[in-house]
Amino acid sequence: MRSSLKRVLGLTLGVAGMVAATCSPALSAEKKDFKVAWSIYAGWMPWGYAADSGLMKKWADKYGISVEIVQINDYVESINQYTAGAFDGCVMTNMDALTIPAAGGVDSTSLISGDFSNGNDGIVLKKGKTVADLKGQKINLVELSVSHYLLARALDTVKLKEKDVSVVNTSDADIVSVFTSSADSTAVVTWNPQLAEVSAVKGATKVFDSSKIPGEIIDLMVVNSATLKDNPKLGKALVGVWYEMMAKMEAGDQGMLEAMAKASGTDLAGYKAQLVTTKMFYKPADAVTFTTSAQLPKTMDMVRSFSFEHGLLGEGAKTKDAVGIAFPGGKTIGDAKNVKLRFDAEFMKLAADGKL
Amino acid sequence: MGRRIINRRPGKGGALFWGALPFLAVLVLYVTFSALRLAENPNDKLLPAFSTIADTVHRLAFVPDSRSGQVLLWADTASSLTRLGLGLLVSTVIGLVLGIGTGLIPYVRAGLSPFIAVLSLIPPMAVLPILFIVFGLDELSKVVLIVIGIAPFLVRDMAMRVEAIPSELVIKAQTLGANTWQIVTRLVLPSVWPKLMDSLRLSLGPAWLFLISAEAIAAQDGLGYRIFLVRRYLAMDVILPYVVWITLLAFCMDWALRYANRRLCPWLERGAS
Repeated sequence: MRSSLKRVLGLTLGVAGMVAATCSPALSAEKKDFKVAWSIYAGWMPWGYAADSGLMKKWADKYGISVEIVQINDYVESINQYTAGAFDGCVMTNMDALTIPAAGGVDSTSLISGDFSNGNDGIVLKKGKTVADLKGQKINLVELSVSHYLLARALDTVKLKEKDVSVVNTSDADIVSVFTSSADSTAVVTWNPQLAEVSAVKGATKVFDSSKIPGEIIDLMVVNSATLKDNPKLGKALVGVWYEMMAKMEAGDQGMLEAMAKASGTDLAGYKAQLVTTKMFYKPADAVTFTTSAQLPKTMDMVRSFSFEHGLLGEGAKTKDAVGIAFPGGKTIGDAKNVKLRFDAEFMKLAADGKL
Repeated sequence: MGRRIINRRPGKGGALFWGALPFLAVLVLYVTFSALRLAENPNDKLLPAFSTIADTVHRLAFVPDSRSGQVLLWADTASSLTRLGLGLLVSTVIGLVLGIGTGLIPYVRAGLSPFIAVLSLIPPMAVLPILFIVFGLDELSKVVLIVIGIAPFLVRDMAMRVEAIPSELVIKAQTLGANTWQIVTRLVLPSVWPKLMDSLRLSLGPAWLFLISAEAIAAQDGLGYRIFLVRRYLAMDVILPYVVWITLLAFCMDWALRYANRRLCPWLERGAS
């Protein structure tokens, strides 16, 4: 009896040790193989094209590395996977970069400022024609997402508070059917392509959209800072392939646009309509100007204030300064000793100067 | 040759030890991984330390939320239990009435039995979008999902239990002059009531599943709502205690039903012993 107990205990501990050894977070160091995650969104479709067209391989080969581009069906899940360490990089918005990986202690660098939402996120009402009509309404949205941020910004413009409305957390997959068919749902905040569908509902009015707060909802390619520091080749390959694709896209490459339209589940016209409300930075120089502008720290200050007020910076955060954010040129906001989100312009600059 | 393993039994202390072992193993695994990940990154959210979880639980269970002014854990628990309770109550009534009807009365059986059999095979999650459209986004559709999820099972189970009542008993009741209503109240109900309680216990798992799914899709409060909300920013310090709490609630409900059954229907065990 005694010995069998000991054996079982020993076995348990042994298994625990083995599992622990295989599951412990990977230590960063120079490496050759990288994995980057993306999910479907108008401004991110080029990543899928990079993988399918072989352009990614071309650029990875140029720097002697391999980069696997993985499409994840669920946006939040892809960020969570990145935060947990399963990917070296992932596409996400500026707000999610702050509240998920950075607030989770994963030092992350925004390598590419790809685009900002210029009408891709909006508020649609069945009853009412202006933002002020939101007062007292029940609003369906994905809580704590950029939709929620957009709502807060919209309410600010008419001096309303979040207390003046009630928000109903609604999955983005169901938001269209809810708004189109349920009389209970009179107001929604959502993003494209859902936004286009809810705006088309008879009698519905789009009272606010992200073009009224340009440059505040930014779509980024975010990579692990330590990985990037040890492997600048990853940064060069990703930025290199991105601006080759941007040049093709700007020139209106039919094959590429059609492939991206198909991959996003729409046709060429539908995809082009989504691009109208997405302000793409086709030229690396424009992205550098945007990333180094004095406006970006102001935007991030608003984003972190919203995030802190909604508890998104985590249990340990006592002020909005808990997570530090660094900008090109050495400017930081928040705790300079705990910088976890860094906006980088160096790699995009290399692309702008034609040095990749 | 020693005793065969099938004949070797743990003593009282042994049983306790073997029962506790899997729990301890999970605990040890968690603490090991958590310590490993936290050593690498002190802000890691995936496997928070027990001290972080304790702080979060304190905030959730005792400190009013700054935005809504409610104490979140209790507000969530109250709304979830209300939905669950209503769903279970309605399902039980449907199960009892239709179950006894289809089990005892041949015309009702002929009319309803095939329909209920088909109904019980519809995966409730598949009709969720339809429920939201028909019953709206509020409490009603969440309760209806629970009812659709478990009532057909209860009806079919009840019908089978009624049919399993020995026909001698039914004939005897009739020769003693009982009318149909008396047979229902004096013979059928006492025989199937305890069985209904048992079926309800088995339905608790699916009922929670449907409740949490409904809350994940559209809600303003509730235990499932909170989990799916904070999942957005990987707040495992909220999710883990909520999962433990839901498990505890489910366990208590199961235990309470079993206890009530023993107390309310003592004839069940008298026959067995």
